[in-house]
Amino acid sequence: MSAPADSLLALKQAHPLVTDRPSLDHPALDVPADQVVTVLQSLRDQAGFDFLVDLTAIDQGEGASPRFTVVYHLFSTTHLSYVRVATACPGGDDATAPSVTGLWPGANWHEREAFDMFGIRFTGHPDLRRILMWEGYPHHPLRKEFPLAGIETTLPDLEVVAETGTKVIAAPMAGGPFVASPGEINLTDAEPRAKDESWNERNEKPE
Amino acid sequence: MVSSNSELAYNTKIEGDVVVTRADAVINWIRSNSVWPMPMGLACCAIELMATASSRFDIARFGAEVFRFSPRQADCMIVAGTVTYKMAPHLRRIYDQMAEPKWVIAMGACASSGGMYRSYATLQGVDRIVPVDVYISGCPPRPEALLDALIKLQAKMGTDRSAKRLMTA
Repeated sequence: MSAPADSLLALKQAHPLVTDRPSLDHPALDVPADQVVTVLQSLRDQAGFDFLVDLTAIDQGEGASPRFTVVYHLFSTTHLSYVRVATACPGGDDATAPSVTGLWPGANWHEREAFDMFGIRFTGHPDLRRILMWEGYPHHPLRKEFPLAGIETTLPDLEVVAETGTKVIAAPMAGGPFVASPGEINLTDAEPRAKDESWNERNEKPE
Repeated sequence: MVSSNSELAYNTKIEGDVVVTRADAVINWIRSNSVWPMPMGLACCAIELMATASSRFDIARFGAEVFRFSPRQADCMIVAGTVTYKMAPHLRRIYDQMAEPKWVIAMGACASSGGMYRSYATLQGVDRIVPVDVYISGCPPRPEALLDALIKLQAKMGTDRSAKRLMTA
């Protein structure tokens, strides 16, 4: 097995569109989306980067071009080094990227997570469903325009919605652990124990 | 020296074979000393819940050691942990499947109010989907706090108009 630097050099000669990506730690490559599967395959088979450590994505914000970048972190179990491969996704807000589940079956759930959180569609994925949020959730929470508190929507189960009248709300930030000022909230009234749950004749216990 | 009868317990020699009391008192006494918890363990609070059930803290001292993972056989749901919106409907369904009368303890900050999870994914307090009887503060609460909540719940059960509820149900 050749040293990682030599194999990366050979890879860049074989694929002229592959460029170096600025990186503070491990070697990193920018790869066009249509070549990413072949580049990753040659990294796996020729350069010895046989282990997909992580697959994640970056959102550069609305209007940026390219908006989404998929990042692959590879590790070599033979020469114990890492390489990072990034590919800009075509398609703007409805970005697509090729699936690498054919190379690493473990990419399956990583790609489902990237789809769930960013809305990137992985073409060729065998089972591209949401993995963290529920089926039917209308947003992709790690997109830049999505607020941390969330957006009002309905609970996954409509029967329970009808029964309880509860919905998904934007979480109140004031009074929470990451906001120094309590804002307009009276903290004593905001305590759960301030609610009268003594269940008496005037205040019957709800079903 | 003549002392008055200081016996607290029922004494057949004095009172015969009859005990006079209220139906509420009997029903509530039975219910509160035999709580069967439904352990809704969703996060780290469940570890403290398990500690409460085991030998060092021994929830059996308060009659609530019979943890049942079937809602049909439980009457007190202990919500121990963070409730996500994805989990919330399942929690409500399990509550619905429990037989009446039933109670809910919200254990810890997450179950009580969403806690530190002010985010798009977390239900901001389990009282938004089920009626909560006792809240426990803490992140996570110590087992003593859960025992205290159980004692408070028993006291609350003692004030219930159980007989009237049974008649009108």
